[in-house]
Amino acid sequence: MTTTVQALTIQHLTKTYSNGLEALKGIDLHVEQGDFFALLGPNGAGKSTTIGIITSLITKTSGHVEIFDTDLDKYPEQAKAYLGLVPQEFNFNGFEKVKHILVTQAGYYGMPASKSEPRADELLRQLGLWDKRHTPARALSGGMKRRLMIARALVHKPQLLILDEPTAGVDIELRRSMWTFLREINAQGTTIILTTHYLEEAENLCRNIAIIDRGNIVEHTDMKSLLNRLDKETFILDLKTPLPTNFSLDGVHYQQLDDSTLEIELKRDDGLNNVFAQLSQQGIEVRSMKNKANRLEELFLTLVERSEATL
Amino acid sequence: MSNKHAHHWVALHTLVTREIRRFIRIWPQTLLPPAITMTLYFIIFGNLIGSRIGNMGGFSYMEYIVPGIIMMAVINNAYANVASSFYSAKFQSHIEELIVAPVPNYLILAGYVAGGTARGLCVGLIVTIVSLFFTSLAIQHLWITISMVILSAVMFALGGFINAIYANSFDEISIIPTFILTPLTYLGGVFYSISLLPEFWQQVSLLNPILYMVNAFRFGMLGVSDIPVTAAFSIILVCIIGLTAFALYLLNKGTGIRH
Repeated sequence: MTTTVQALTIQHLTKTYSNGLEALKGIDLHVEQGDFFALLGPNGAGKSTTIGIITSLITKTSGHVEIFDTDLDKYPEQAKAYLGLVPQEFNFNGFEKVKHILVTQAGYYGMPASKSEPRADELLRQLGLWDKRHTPARALSGGMKRRLMIARALVHKPQLLILDEPTAGVDIELRRSMWTFLREINAQGTTIILTTHYLEEAENLCRNIAIIDRGNIVEHTDMKSLLNRLDKETFILDLKTPLPTNFSLDGVHYQQLDDSTLEIELKRDDGLNNVFAQLSQQGIEVRSMKNKANRLEELFLTLVERSEATL
Repeated sequence: MSNKHAHHWVALHTLVTREIRRFIRIWPQTLLPPAITMTLYFIIFGNLIGSRIGNMGGFSYMEYIVPGIIMMAVINNAYANVASSFYSAKFQSHIEELIVAPVPNYLILAGYVAGGTARGLCVGLIVTIVSLFFTSLAIQHLWITISMVILSAVMFALGGFINAIYANSFDEISIIPTFILTPLTYLGGVFYSISLLPEFWQQVSLLNPILYMVNAFRFGMLGVSDIPVTAAFSIILVCIIGLTAFALYLLNKGTGIRH
């Protein structure tokens, strides 16, 4: 029998700020070792408060946090040693040089320079910052600063990496390359917890997910089960020829976006065969088809709306 | 050395190195100004005015004020270094690098205080070298001189740390130096012996901790003091213990650094 190791266990976690704001109302959360986990929620839902408590930046009101079965209250040093954090806001000393920032951070984790210097060099190369290693951090571009924060979080080889909206404000190309990088380090065994506003990002990267809203976990499941709950899907069909004027699709909810583009909405149990059969009968050929935008977004909105309705 | 202690040692070394590197990197703001200011003190108070004052405590006025001026520079710079460095770390949020890391609070405190002490001593050494252009120095009690200057730097570095914990703006790290530290320093026997004061003001002066530091340091250098040196050491040690306990209490509570 194999025992699953929990990278993170949160029990009955509450946080009430001094202004009376109840940011967390007793959440429970668990993340298995090796997972790529998404923590989603609208602004002010409690995501950053949760991460702040895990990383000791925020003092909890009550509850229990364990990192790799190590109690954060009883053994803070051991528990913190597992963690790497990429925060939402840039929080390095802008006057320090890029490599210094990495070596200094490694030093705080007890890594001597003989180990941290080669490790910093390795990360700087991997993240495309090698040429900037002697540049003060404040002189970097926004994307480079973001990559510097990822390098800094990884310099001590953490077992649990927490990323709080790491791709906010990053261009698409860089975002994709960061996804590839994160997938690689997850494949190498690093457990990753990600909060993001880009739901597409969570859908693409993460295997498990929790949705938090108004200080409560409203969903905590695996991504596949969650997406399976969608009762309808929307597809965009790109047609080879313009649609005829008398075109119609019986029993299918559709919308003509332009002369040769159709948007169709299907119930989950309905197959696409009926649609293709009707199009074929009318002499219409489909050049390509894609799933519209983001399926997770629809679910997310549904869950959050449901959470609002129960208040 | 156990693994834990080895990690702590590396963390402390990293923090102290970073602090020292910081004040050396910005030497025109940290090391140069006290050298210029204290040179002016030596010229104006020591040479121009001092030549008309004559002897004090059996020494020329220049010789008499040198220990006080060195101590004044040490105190101000030890305090300012920690106050500005720790507050800047809060302001730029890079204090989070330390809070997230497995660095115990006592090491954070020790690292910043060591950095402040290093700057205080560095400036003290610069001012001492400058003073050699104006007078000759003969140290009477070497260990009293060295231990007093280190303990004073530690004490005011701790004060700067506590100031920075509470500060919410850069203005708030200059209020205490301007309105408390500077007056106490000037009234702490840097430029005069309290024996010149009326009895009442002599008693009031004894409430000023800087008086004890300046006099004990002066005793180390010149062999004269307005107060018993043992009292000075006792008071400073009590202050250091009290300030350390209070700073650790604030850090453990997360005051000013955690929500």
